[in-house]
Amino acid sequence: MTTDDDIIICRCEEVTKGEILRAIKAGATTPQAVKRFTRAGMGLCQGRTCRRLIAQIIAQETGQSIADIVPSTYRPPTRPLTVASLRRDNREVDR
Amino acid sequence: MAQRSLKGIAVVGGGPAGLMAALTAARHGAAVVLVDENAEPGGQLRKQIHKFFGSKAHRAGVRGYRIAQELISDCTAAGVELLGQSVVFSLRECTLDLLQKDDAFNLKADAIILATGASENALAFPGCTLPGVMGAGAAQTFVNLHRVLPGRRVLMVGGGNVGLIVAYQLLQAGAEVVGVVEALPYLSGYQVHAAKIKRAGVPIWTSHTVLEARGDQEVQEVTIAAIDDHFHPLPGSERTLAVDTVCLAVGLTPLAELAWQAGCRFCYQGALGGYVPLHSDNMETTLPHVYVAGDIAGVEEASTALEEGAIAGLAAAAAIGCPVPIAEFDAAQERLVSLRKGPFGDIRQLVKSEIVKRWADCRVVE
Repeated sequence: MTTDDDIIICRCEEVTKGEILRAIKAGATTPQAVKRFTRAGMGLCQGRTCRRLIAQIIAQETGQSIADIVPSTYRPPTRPLTVASLRRDNREVDR
Repeated sequence: MAQRSLKGIAVVGGGPAGLMAALTAARHGAAVVLVDENAEPGGQLRKQIHKFFGSKAHRAGVRGYRIAQELISDCTAAGVELLGQSVVFSLRECTLDLLQKDDAFNLKADAIILATGASENALAFPGCTLPGVMGAGAAQTFVNLHRVLPGRRVLMVGGGNVGLIVAYQLLQAGAEVVGVVEALPYLSGYQVHAAKIKRAGVPIWTSHTVLEARGDQEVQEVTIAAIDDHFHPLPGSERTLAVDTVCLAVGLTPLAELAWQAGCRFCYQGALGGYVPLHSDNMETTLPHVYVAGDIAGVEEASTALEEGAIAGLAAAAAIGCPVPIAEFDAAQERLVSLRKGPFGDIRQLVKSEIVKRWADCRVVE
């Protein structure tokens, strides 16, 4: 049987609820800080699944309202892509 | 990266909002490129095999996927250029970076309409990563698009419209739905959808939650329990059900990554699913020539997404110099307001007005 602490919150980076709780206890009380501390939200999906769960955990642990929790920075790319696809330069179309 | 510049409007997302935005703008003379990441555009409409209800103006009696087919052929006839299987991975000002198959290039347009929709919320409980636990939308994609049953015995978590509709469609596809669990003391979905599964004898447990899913390699059983007013499980109320699938229909979050990246201002509105980009009643964000429409601007329904798309299409076309009669704006606004009536709609109308007010405040400050 898995305990609450073993629940995987960020699937891409395999970060558990326990790890996030420890990060919060250590002072990482914003999604941005939790992300830097644990890598939660830094994987392929860029936090599409775990952002909300992490915000809920932070709200619960710190007593903040979910509405006051500022999301971590959104950066490109929003979808996984290969470096090779960025290198190609074979199109020049104008309309 | 190669570059392309478009004297016109780029629409991101080919669901109801994006299709309607593209169609409306094109009909008013704008050159429009519609970017969609899926095999075919249509968004959630493609999976909606049920008939819409409401008024004739909002296509009551027509099945969702039919509406998508009509919009796509209308778009083609109006000269909209469709970039299918194309993923937008960044936005700054009016320039999109996108990946079409293996080719990345950037597309600079005169105006951008973001109609990227929403994503399904997750729920964290022991066993939630076991194979067999999935979003209700994913299950709906399995049955209605790919015609594959995701499982034989299903527990639906969430009694909103998504949960109720997908539970019914899973029944229609031949699955056994062992029950619907809802944390609230009542079902938040429409009675018409609830009645269908009630008639089929599906148990509905309100004020209940899922505690744990268990299984060796995949879900084999799930434990649910009653909860008190503070959503804490009541000891002794646990019930274990043999299932191979747990569907999560616990709300949607506006998918606004591109608007965040571009620097749009946001506010948190729980009633609309979370953070939404501030926008005017013409759907313009706090960035000039960047518009939003549909669930990205606050989670509602396909019918409201269509009307917001129409308004964004009109506004973007007008912004780039196409002649748009003011009466058309008024008519679209009126249709939109008419959709936000009743106990569900009133709250959304109130919150939307708050968003527009905050958008106007930003404009004054800057």
